[in-house]
Amino acid sequence: MEGKGECAVKTLYYDTVVIGGGPAGIAAAIKTREKGLKTLLIENRDVLGGIPLQCIHPGFGIHYYKQDLTGTEFITRLLDKLVESKTEYLTKTYVHSIEYIDYNDKVVNVISPSGVLEVHAETIIYATGARERHIFEIGVYGDRVDGVYTAGEAQTLMDIFGVLPGREVVVIGSGDVGLIMARRFALEGARVKAVVEILPYPGGLMRNVVQCLRDYDIPLLLGHTVVKIIGKKRVEKVIVAKVDENLKIIPGTEFEIPCDTVIVSAGLRPNIDLLEKIGVVIDPATGGPVVNEYLETSKPGIFVAGNALVINDLVDYAVEQGERAAEGAHKFVENNGLPSEKWIRVVKGRNIRLIVPHYISGKREVVLYARVSQPEKNVYIEIPEVNYRVFSYGVRPSEMIRIKLKPEHFKKMSSDDKITIQVTPRQ
Amino acid sequence: MNVLKIVVIGSGVVGASIARVLSRYQGLEVIVLEREPDVGWGVSKANTSIIHPGHEEDPDQHPLRAKLCVRGNMLWRQWVRELSILSTWPGELMLYTNTAEEKEARKYLEYAKRNSVPGVRILDKNEVQAVEPAVNPGVEGALYAPTAGLISPFEAVPAIIENAVDNGVKLLVETEVRNIRISSGRVLGVETNKGFIQADIVVNAAGLHADTISHMAGVEPEFKITPRKGEYILFDETVESKPRIILHTTPTPKTKGVYAITTVHGNLMIGPTAEDMPYEFKEDTSTSREGIEYIYREAARILKNPPPKNRVIRVFAGVRPEPPGGHWLIKAYSDPWGFVNVAGIRSPGLTAAPAIAEYVLDLIRETYDVKLVEKQKWNPYRRDITRIKNKRLDEIDELVKSNPNYGEIICYCKMVSKAEVLEAIERIKKIGARVTVDGVKFRVYTGFGKCQGSFCRWRVANIISMELGIPLQEVVVKHSPYGIGDVKKLWREKVSVQ
Repeated sequence: MEGKGECAVKTLYYDTVVIGGGPAGIAAAIKTREKGLKTLLIENRDVLGGIPLQCIHPGFGIHYYKQDLTGTEFITRLLDKLVESKTEYLTKTYVHSIEYIDYNDKVVNVISPSGVLEVHAETIIYATGARERHIFEIGVYGDRVDGVYTAGEAQTLMDIFGVLPGREVVVIGSGDVGLIMARRFALEGARVKAVVEILPYPGGLMRNVVQCLRDYDIPLLLGHTVVKIIGKKRVEKVIVAKVDENLKIIPGTEFEIPCDTVIVSAGLRPNIDLLEKIGVVIDPATGGPVVNEYLETSKPGIFVAGNALVINDLVDYAVEQGERAAEGAHKFVENNGLPSEKWIRVVKGRNIRLIVPHYISGKREVVLYARVSQPEKNVYIEIPEVNYRVFSYGVRPSEMIRIKLKPEHFKKMSSDDKITIQVTPRQ
Repeated sequence: MNVLKIVVIGSGVVGASIARVLSRYQGLEVIVLEREPDVGWGVSKANTSIIHPGHEEDPDQHPLRAKLCVRGNMLWRQWVRELSILSTWPGELMLYTNTAEEKEARKYLEYAKRNSVPGVRILDKNEVQAVEPAVNPGVEGALYAPTAGLISPFEAVPAIIENAVDNGVKLLVETEVRNIRISSGRVLGVETNKGFIQADIVVNAAGLHADTISHMAGVEPEFKITPRKGEYILFDETVESKPRIILHTTPTPKTKGVYAITTVHGNLMIGPTAEDMPYEFKEDTSTSREGIEYIYREAARILKNPPPKNRVIRVFAGVRPEPPGGHWLIKAYSDPWGFVNVAGIRSPGLTAAPAIAEYVLDLIRETYDVKLVEKQKWNPYRRDITRIKNKRLDEIDELVKSNPNYGEIICYCKMVSKAEVLEAIERIKKIGARVTVDGVKFRVYTGFGKCQGSFCRWRVANIISMELGIPLQEVVVKHSPYGIGDVKKLWREKVSVQ
């Protein structure tokens, strides 16, 4: 294997290595410890906690703690539990590579300020979160000048380091982080000129559109795109245009918005580089790995949770996935591999864009997460094979659908190889 | 012995190379002036990064370009070794798809013979596929030139300057020339935003603005540089169908052809466009939808499997200086005595730079009757920054044991450690440039990867803030500070107004 030399580096052995010390990884580590596994939690940064550390806004823990907490409050609670669980962890530790040696032997090579470590583990829980899409991925052209930040970067600057990026702001994309940052800038006295969204509907949660934009009179330009950024040393203005139903710019609709700062909030992508390198199968719809109900990837014993699995709206879901992956890792270690199974495929039906997990056993309780392709009002969310049907006043791509199926749902299944999630209009 | 003071205007690859060549001799005091905060930020930064063989230069029309290109190609092989500049030497294929293009390509075979470029030959359809499977099967044949290479141009310039400074050259950044002072037909020095700098000889290597400088010296009033913009697309290093060999389309009367290359950093890069811009647009490095779409279309002609758009990590543009008739203006004047033009250095300027520097040295020696004596202790070498990427784990372990900063990773995408960032900062300080986030980026690749800096830019800025002892918001990204102040700055302003 390339990268290995003659002299050996320090070697360690664990039942499970959790990669990523954000909500999903911390929850996974706690759960594996509850189940009695020997666990190592690895984090890149100098602190555990991940993104919630910089989230001073509420909206965290409504499902998990049944309380509306800020990001920092939420993660502090979780971290307290981690300390109680006596989980071993390493911060400032970077995963150099993962080697899949055998179904029950993986190596996580890490670099830390105390040296290189070769960590052997039977299972890996991969919870590395997401990266933000940047300005070059979204078809914005023009000058490459200072004053362009991703929403997460701006959040880090403002709420970890107390630095204000600029005074006149245009936000590109109406993802949740962008909406929250629009409000954040407004709260500090900056002028948010517009949030520009190419789609005809907002990319973030409705509650954020109301609480972050409407309450602060920040204009939301739906069906618009930033065509160009203009500036010499720093952003001076952006050119905005309307788009048609195929998201093509309508000529003649261009107008300028003067600003000194552009915040890019064009969505997130699962951070799965290390998994791609070892050939884990990826679902193009989620951008994350294809998984079974234990959140195990196509590589036995490698589990994935949180935004590395699928971009979640809520931290509560990431934590739930971390715990689910931990149960999988426990079962794997206990049985020396997960039992063989005739997996039932979860299929995307009408108006469904993505689904996680992709395979279920039909034997135990399972939580399915899905997103729709288009907003739709007065619909049923259905899984006909198990007679599941729930009415909804409205579904939108920005709001994840979460479905819990109990064992009794599977008792009278009309198919033994697939179930279909679909959205159908109420007649 | 009298000291001869030489001011070089511009720290692009041409100015830097001239400074390095001059640094070899006793009795010369060399000062390089740069108006940007750091070296090599103009034409030298954004280009195709190719060291051309010299077979595309018309020996009748452009004999100087042909001669210095071929010589420069040879010299770079030595320079990259001495200065530890990242380079590869894959050769190039000029692809043709029809008889008209084939006829054009065969013209360059004749140029190759006349310019003494070695190894150039025609490959047929099957040979092309055999040597480069990434090529579009519609390609009928190609002209192969084995001496083509690739370097990292934005690392080459700092490397050359570091070596020049090590040998006594002085660099002044953020120094803009306002006028050339001349008296009784003789250069006295340059007037800058930082004051007057005395000089016996002024070498104008000011890239896109070399015409303005030349006019300040009162020579070549008709000489005008046209900005010609080239846009590029850079793909993620994990894309398939990266060519091993430099590929490009056959030049047409209108365009010089589009290239598809695997950069020395392992990314697929496609471009450029070639768009002549109005004179005032010398600073315009903006990208356009039309330009990028054109490159995509051309890429599909070159490559069998051009990567999808979602693998793009960056689009960018560079502006090249196009002189009248494409003729380089390299001349030492006796009126005013001491003024040297190295102007309008369009392609193959990057390739020729070391040879241009030698040529300029000869011009200075002959025109101004300078007796050149080599220094006894001239150091030809410059060591590269120690990097952990591509090292074995045990080697990384040893580095970390010697310095724990190698064990703290700052840029996740490109696996860049804190020690590397610190070394970049040290080197920027050592040459006398301003430390910026971009300056660090172009030395150690922080922010070069998939995330384009959203994870690491604040980390790099924090390290700079610590090292320079300035607040985070005052750290300069490229030209402007990272932040406008602390988060309460605007409220304070509002309160104090009332």
